[in-house]
Amino acid sequence: MNCTKCKIRAVIDLPRHNAAFCKGCFNVYVHDQVSRAIKSEKMFKKDDRILVAVSGGKDSLALWDILLKMSYKADALYVDLGIGGYSEVSHAKVVQFAETVAAPMGAVLHVHTVEQEAGAGIKELAMLIHRPTCSTCGTIKRYQFNRVALEHKYDVMATGHNLDDEAARLLGNVLRWQEEYLDKQSPSLPASLDGFAKKVKPLFRLSERELAAYSVLNRIDYIVEECPMAKGARTLLYKEVLNRLETESPGTKQAFYCGFLDKQRKPEASPTTMAEKDQAMLHPCSVCQQPTTADVCSYCKMMARAKTHSV
Amino acid sequence: MQVQLSHPARTIEIKGPKKAKDLFKELNLVVEAHLIIRGDELVTEDEMLYDQDQIEIRPVISGGSPRFMSHE
Ligand code: SF4
Ligand SMILES: [Zn+2]
Ligand SMILES: [Zn+2]
Repeated sequence: MNCTKCKIRAVIDLPRHNAAFCKGCFNVYVHDQVSRAIKSEKMFKKDDRILVAVSGGKDSLALWDILLKMSYKADALYVDLGIGGYSEVSHAKVVQFAETVAAPMGAVLHVHTVEQEAGAGIKELAMLIHRPTCSTCGTIKRYQFNRVALEHKYDVMATGHNLDDEAARLLGNVLRWQEEYLDKQSPSLPASLDGFAKKVKPLFRLSERELAAYSVLNRIDYIVEECPMAKGARTLLYKEVLNRLETESPGTKQAFYCGFLDKQRKPEASPTTMAEKDQAMLHPCSVCQQPTTADVCSYCKMMARAKTHSV
Repeated sequence: MQVQLSHPARTIEIKGPKKAKDLFKELNLVVEAHLIIRGDELVTEDEMLYDQDQIEIRPVISGGSPRFMSHE
């Protein structure tokens, strides 16, 4: 398989775009998708100061890397949750990336260590207050992310949510018709009066597989293992289902999520329903009198054709 | 060839030569959820893999808390 653009050997194929790319052209493609996301959702401007939430995983490190290479002013925040070996490894990967890639480009890494402030890691803390670990984790991350953004006067906070994350979340919300959550699913949430900084998801046009490929190709050393608390999450099931559909019919995830965004952007659709539109256009068929939008209804046309052929 | 898999981490032996695409089929894996890495290079699905190759099939999907999605 060769690169669609420059014809040298491809390293990745993208069925949903009917393309395959070499490393150079793939990097151009990735930067292009991020640039389109930033512009279409008015995420930030060239001189805005951005705070990226990094976890040590592929998406967030790739996001930091991409923004820096596109010469945005992007610093990062890592929250050390104190989950044994997982936190140690992910912390080390983030520090390594910060020192070897980000610092030479003038970027800063902030670190918040849960154990230092709370006196215990996230698991113990969750047990102490009788709440699920992931919701405790969510509260802490959101709080610290916002605190650092406000304290250091960042214009916007960016997270590494990708197309798979957003499509899976949308599927979950739609399956249960949780309409109140649909409004919050925009990849760009403005700052609010009550002291929340602006939040954006510049990777929403890229799939999880594309981001892993970007990290491997650009030698970004990320943590492949999952957070041990993530096992059995329903999100994984939704992602699996979507990926089966995607494999059979490339482009499904993008059509699902980006179609939703398009619909949300459009002003209220005209109040005339499909049925009303039909009513307005219907009149009796000139042959049989049954309702049709044409002169002769499709049944009569079919029968007329059948008769000419049978003679 | 040696094929390294994750979740759970293990290495299996598969007879080559074999197209990457057919390796996926044999292991019953969804292409969209994985990358194939030979040595330390990415390869596409139509690539032929040989007995002396070191292959890693790396899962790319990560989970996280369903409601808050604060994993990243
Ligand atoms: S899986 Fe749960 S505990 Fe682990 S990082 Fe994600 S939200 Fe936090
Ligand atoms: Zn190319
Ligand atoms: Zn008719």
